[in-house]
Amino acid sequence: MKTPEPFGFVRDLATRWDLIAVVVIVGLIVWAGDASRGLLEPLSRLHESPLSLDPANLPFYAARTTLRMFLALGLSLVFTFTYATWAAKSNRAGKLLVPILDILQSVPILGFISITVVFFMSLVPGRVLGAEFAAIFAIFTSQAWNMAFSFYQSLRTVPAELTEAADSFHLTPWMRFWQLEVPFAMPALVWNMMMSMSGGWFFVVASESISVGHTTVALPGIGSYIALAIAQRDLTAICWAIGAMLVVILIYDQLLFRPLIAWVDRFKVEQEGTGQAPTSWALTMLRRSRLIAAFTLLFRSVLRWSSWALPHRRPRKARPRAREGRLDTLWLAVIGVLIVVASWHIGRVLIAGTSMAELRQVSWLALLTMTRVVVLIALASLVWVPIGVWVGLRPRATEIVQPIAQFLAAFPANLVFPLVVYLIVTGNLNPNWWLSPLMILGTQWYILFNVIAGASQMPGELRYAAENFQVGGWLWWRRVALPAVFPFYVTGAITASGGSWNAAIVAEIASWGTTQVKADGLGSYIAQATSAGDYHRIVLGISMMSLFVVLINRIFWRPLYYYAERKFRLT
Amino acid sequence: MNAGPPLLEVTNVRKSFPKADGSELLVLEDVNLRLQSGQIVGLLGRSGSGKSTLLRLIAGLSECSAGEVQYLGKRVEGPALGISMVFQSFALFPWLTVFENVALGLEAQRVAKPEIRKRSLAAIDLIGLDGFESAYPRELSGGMRQRVGFARALVVQPNILLMDEPFSALDVLTAETMRTDFLDLWSDGRMPIQGVVLVTHNIEEAVLMCDRILVFGSNPGRVVSEITVTLPQPRDRLDPAFRDIVERLYVAMTARTDTGSAAARSSRLPGLGIGTELPHVSSNLLAGLMEAVAAAPFNGTADLPKIASDLHMDSDELFPVAETLQMMRFAELEGGDLKLTPEGIAFASAEVDERKKIFARHLLNYIPLAAHVRRVLDERTSHVARKSRFLDEIEDYMTDEAAENTLRTIVSWGRYAEAFAYDDEGEKFSLENPGESEG
Repeated sequence: MKTPEPFGFVRDLATRWDLIAVVVIVGLIVWAGDASRGLLEPLSRLHESPLSLDPANLPFYAARTTLRMFLALGLSLVFTFTYATWAAKSNRAGKLLVPILDILQSVPILGFISITVVFFMSLVPGRVLGAEFAAIFAIFTSQAWNMAFSFYQSLRTVPAELTEAADSFHLTPWMRFWQLEVPFAMPALVWNMMMSMSGGWFFVVASESISVGHTTVALPGIGSYIALAIAQRDLTAICWAIGAMLVVILIYDQLLFRPLIAWVDRFKVEQEGTGQAPTSWALTMLRRSRLIAAFTLLFRSVLRWSSWALPHRRPRKARPRAREGRLDTLWLAVIGVLIVVASWHIGRVLIAGTSMAELRQVSWLALLTMTRVVVLIALASLVWVPIGVWVGLRPRATEIVQPIAQFLAAFPANLVFPLVVYLIVTGNLNPNWWLSPLMILGTQWYILFNVIAGASQMPGELRYAAENFQVGGWLWWRRVALPAVFPFYVTGAITASGGSWNAAIVAEIASWGTTQVKADGLGSYIAQATSAGDYHRIVLGISMMSLFVVLINRIFWRPLYYYAERKFRLT
Repeated sequence: MNAGPPLLEVTNVRKSFPKADGSELLVLEDVNLRLQSGQIVGLLGRSGSGKSTLLRLIAGLSECSAGEVQYLGKRVEGPALGISMVFQSFALFPWLTVFENVALGLEAQRVAKPEIRKRSLAAIDLIGLDGFESAYPRELSGGMRQRVGFARALVVQPNILLMDEPFSALDVLTAETMRTDFLDLWSDGRMPIQGVVLVTHNIEEAVLMCDRILVFGSNPGRVVSEITVTLPQPRDRLDPAFRDIVERLYVAMTARTDTGSAAARSSRLPGLGIGTELPHVSSNLLAGLMEAVAAAPFNGTADLPKIASDLHMDSDELFPVAETLQMMRFAELEGGDLKLTPEGIAFASAEVDERKKIFARHLLNYIPLAAHVRRVLDERTSHVARKSRFLDEIEDYMTDEAAENTLRTIVSWGRYAEAFAYDDEGEKFSLENPGESEG
């Protein structure tokens, strides 16, 4: 028999990891309470106590920004679980919902703000909360679409045998969703959540420092801090903002995404272990701590209870074919009517407010922006593909470069405004050329990410074979490296191209204090229309941008993607 | 055999799937099956004979187009309690531990928690998995994973266990152990199940395990013969009576009953249309089998079970090759024997170039689709034809997937015979390469 240890009960009660867990959890609660103070204050308070560039305020601002982002992320998850599920489960709804998602993805985030801000402000008139809603919705629009797409695709590819197993063991649809479909979709979804957070940061200024026509709101947060620093030409403040951002990203990366990635690794269906499993100290804490274990148990019980409480419904029997056919026709008719009504409304707004000359001008501006995107993507590819291959073939380098690239993808364009404006003004440079690089500032990293991923997955035997036959120099790039990373490159380039269009709105106009430089393009057109509150122009500009993005995707990227998948994917 | 209502009764079941062009593809026609308590019934057939489809109809995972499935006298509509299934690829949830995987079926039935625990642990114990309760499927070997599959199926205390090629994803040794363990539990009556339906394409497995074996033919899938096995358990593969049943099954499975028309069925060397589905068999395999049969000890005539075990080939791997040889008149299949024709023997002893010539002659003479492709190419001045042109033609006769596979086979045979060339990127057939090789 063991001798009882003194304080053995303490050890029983709490492990070392429990103490850390307590600190982390209480910290999170305090932070959330702190960050949400002031939500119900009247809007006028924002003007009475304006933002200050004192770095002492930054922790509070950072907390507010992060809280907003996570609320938006939560909303995006809710949206993902409902919208994408509906689209995947109902063939009929999917026919409409998937193309809608495709279009929503191409609509620039600023477009959503400018159109919805008045609506949200009117929900809670005169309170800060209304503006917060608008900001959170704006961030939501920069996060939700790719998450929903990823979830939709996962739902469509659940292995048939797993579905059959679920059916034959009588799982209810509710249980099936939480026990089969969500876990299956998790790995891809977590990856997309990370991308979404980066996207949210890139537009942090636009979503917090809202200025549409006469509505001007600067919500406390890092974004507004940056906007103020730019207006006051405060370079030190800009540096503080960069620092704060870095710290915040580092914290949620360590506390949330690392553990998530390590955790979802076991959700991957291909069962053979590939390489080293991801690790995370925070996950270790979660796993070892009994407090957390209790919370998990609670969650599971809720899940079990909810699946018991819900009616135990048998799977629906298929309807006779003839009736299906009639329903299909009816559904198509409903869609048809919706399309007619919607195009009539859009047409009315556009025709009433714009002339043919305006339309021609906007098309021309869109062509200008398109040229920029194409040239920039080509340039970025020339730079990052070789570097990505080099890095990807060296595991050590990959470990270092991946997180840096991730941070840079989140880096808002506004933060380099001072530098760019200074260079353009002092060097007397043409902004039409020299503002362009801002568009690709955040998006080029997607090319790098993906190429690194592709190169690091290149089978060792292929590389050895190439060495064995002494394939070197340009021949090696042409016959070995480039084909191997091509499918990955295409995926990255698609993301980068779509993102660059979106970024054009914040990148084609840069300001530093009162100095403003502007490039001609669709982005600056929309930005100007937004600050002028010119509703017709906003709609026209946004429609044009969506049209271009969707067309380019359909005509160029999608065929290229399928070609790459078919010809170069190493399975 | 037994009085009372049968465990399972399948009557006149027919299953067809709608095709993209609106027509129907018939997968199962007029299938009858009766499972009595205490029996293991085997569904033996080649891939594509609809035996897995039948299993899914019984499991209630899909619905019959006509006829019905009755479980204990009641019509099966949707997954029935009391019927559970073991899957070929295990179908475990990778994010659940062994225990959680096993418990899932009970949770779905809202069994009380202590009861779930008790029964799950008992099932895990029964199937020899104790100690592995908290492991995730990825940490287990294939055999252990399938044990989880069994435990999960048994924990819900089913009357009928359906098994869809449960051992075919395992290596030979593991599969043998699992079969023996399963039969031990079965004959000791330690499992709750009263009847088993086993889908397999492995002839010896069927004879080892089953009391009754239904042999399925293809196009459309149907029962072509039924064999009762009365040998006592445990059965010995080397027992002459065992070998005799294996031989009979080989004969039943190679009996040419699965081509389209009645006229074709009566002929020993059947005529084929361009709508014949071609198996994906490489020219290497064809040449290899002809060499093996031509050489000693077979000297031109081989007993199928014998050559299958000599070449370490599964019957499911061997049949398509043997049938292709028959289609190309390189061999004849009869009574479980494969007999090379004089051309087959000539091929086996020829050099590479001569082989290609013989192969080309037979390909263009006896495979109508190959002849058709060549004729179209010859007739056109450009000597080029798109793949989709042929695909559309043969899709009238088979599923889109089968059409793709058939065309892939034609491409590979045509390339070997240098009868025509194919450009995968442009998806075009042409006469390019043969022209080059002549010039």
